[in-house]
Amino acid sequence: MKLNWTPKKAATAISAYMVGLFFIYPYINMILTSLKPHGELYATPTTRLPKSWQFDNYLDVWAAAPIADFLTASVVVSICATLLVLIVSVPAAYYVARNRFRGRSAFLLLVLATQMFSPTALIIGIFREVKFFGLLDTWPALIVVNAGFNLAFAVWLLSGFFASVPVEIEEAAMVDGCTRFQALRRIVLPVTLPGLVTAVIFTFVATWNEFTVALTIISSPSRQPISTGITTFVGQYDVAWEYLFTTTAIAIVPVVILFISIEKYLVGGLTAGSVK
Amino acid sequence: MGGNKVKNRRPANSVISALPWIGPAILLILLVVVWPAIELIRISLTKITSAGALEGFNGLGNYRLLFENPDLKTIAIRTVTWVLSVVFLTVIISLPLAQLINQNFPGRKFVRWAMIVPWAASVVMTSIIWKWMLELTSGEFNLTLRQLGLQDGQPVDWLRDPRYSFFVLIWVAVFVSIPFTTFVILAGLQSIPHDIIEAAQVDGASSWQVYRGIKFPLLRNSLLIATIINLINVFNSFPIIWALTRGGPGYNTDTTTTFAYKMAFVEYNMGPSTALGVINFGFIMLIVLIYLRVTKATRDQA
Repeated sequence: MKLNWTPKKAATAISAYMVGLFFIYPYINMILTSLKPHGELYATPTTRLPKSWQFDNYLDVWAAAPIADFLTASVVVSICATLLVLIVSVPAAYYVARNRFRGRSAFLLLVLATQMFSPTALIIGIFREVKFFGLLDTWPALIVVNAGFNLAFAVWLLSGFFASVPVEIEEAAMVDGCTRFQALRRIVLPVTLPGLVTAVIFTFVATWNEFTVALTIISSPSRQPISTGITTFVGQYDVAWEYLFTTTAIAIVPVVILFISIEKYLVGGLTAGSVK
Repeated sequence: MGGNKVKNRRPANSVISALPWIGPAILLILLVVVWPAIELIRISLTKITSAGALEGFNGLGNYRLLFENPDLKTIAIRTVTWVLSVVFLTVIISLPLAQLINQNFPGRKFVRWAMIVPWAASVVMTSIIWKWMLELTSGEFNLTLRQLGLQDGQPVDWLRDPRYSFFVLIWVAVFVSIPFTTFVILAGLQSIPHDIIEAAQVDGASSWQVYRGIKFPLLRNSLLIATIINLINVFNSFPIIWALTRGGPGYNTDTTTTFAYKMAFVEYNMGPSTALGVINFGFIMLIVLIYLRVTKATRDQA
């Protein structure tokens, strides 16, 4: 970009930087607090930067709280929910993109409607269903519920990608002796890879951040994912903010990087083809 | 995306041949969305003990109990205030922000990345960070006010002072809703063809005239979608309130969403809670139907 600084352009740039700073400031504050020794948290006068930088907080926190357990739960649940979403959404999205069939619009409406629901409104029904299956306080329940509520995003996004692959290329492959499944795997999937990556990351991050369902169906501290696990810090009389924030930093930074990597496709998937 | 869908489709098939492909998705939706919805409605018409045991059909008894609750009216009014003010503020602030990050300036990519952070980060965690920043003595917020000379004497306890706590919740909800909304509007701005704008500029239109006369009308669809999705998200917004105030003190910052949860899982007052759950669900259904209607035109074009 050529830099021809006019006052107007400078004003635009400076206001944009301030907006950007404003939206990450809480997270900067989080990281700065995570690097303070406990004694500095409530010290007067308050300082923004730590007076002695306590990088050891990031080592000590593993012993101070069961965050290894929390992270294991989050990783396992998020990966399994993502896999389940992929297994279920890829065939559905492909078929919908390629075929007309009776009930096609009804199916698409059903998917679109579920995208708009969050588990919060249905939480009592979800709790009772999970209890009915004897799965309270288990990861499988959390995995299936998260997969169900994130399915719609993947189906919509992927069907758009599948529809953009010309059917002729695929048919040519089938003429050359590929089965339909082989054509899907060798021809279509590589082209739609950005869509798959987006669906994977989106589902992973959404499950990683999910709070209400985890709060309701997971009761054992050792089985909690990080999103509900961190709230156990807050209830205590003397909140160990420095450890709380090392934990949230560990939980937030990776998913932010993942999310930024799919920026381009996020809006399209979330608004389900309604914003052109 | 998907411009030549119709050409790519094969002739119509029966729903039976579609089932192996879409069946698993339908099954998952039935299991995770439809079953809980039916269960919720069923329980709301059933007499249920605090331990969750069912004691037969109860007609509208649970609903009667709910409407006899003296706190319900205030909570309902607060919910409407909460949803409307958060969504209104979010959209009003996001409009100029989208316009801003659509401009050309060095480092634009980084500003956009910064704006994604609150969208990507867990809402509970963001709420807890705000809780710390709003701390009475050492929080960033009061510290800044002191340093700017805007606060002398007693610092304000933003979260515990009933005069402020609800506004703080609104503020945090707006903060986490802006990024998504801004990006939806940005996508709308980016889809406006360049030549239309250039033609207007050649004709001597000022940048405000271009925005007001060309861009804003073309943003109608994006704005509508962003508003509807926000309405649902904010109505459902449980983590912010739960992390910051738990709806308290008392029921002072509860919305119908947190109130239903509190009755069910804190007070074990299952009956009225399921009745309120059904009403909440019905409200969301209504917005979803509006959404499906509004987006139908664009979907039919696709």
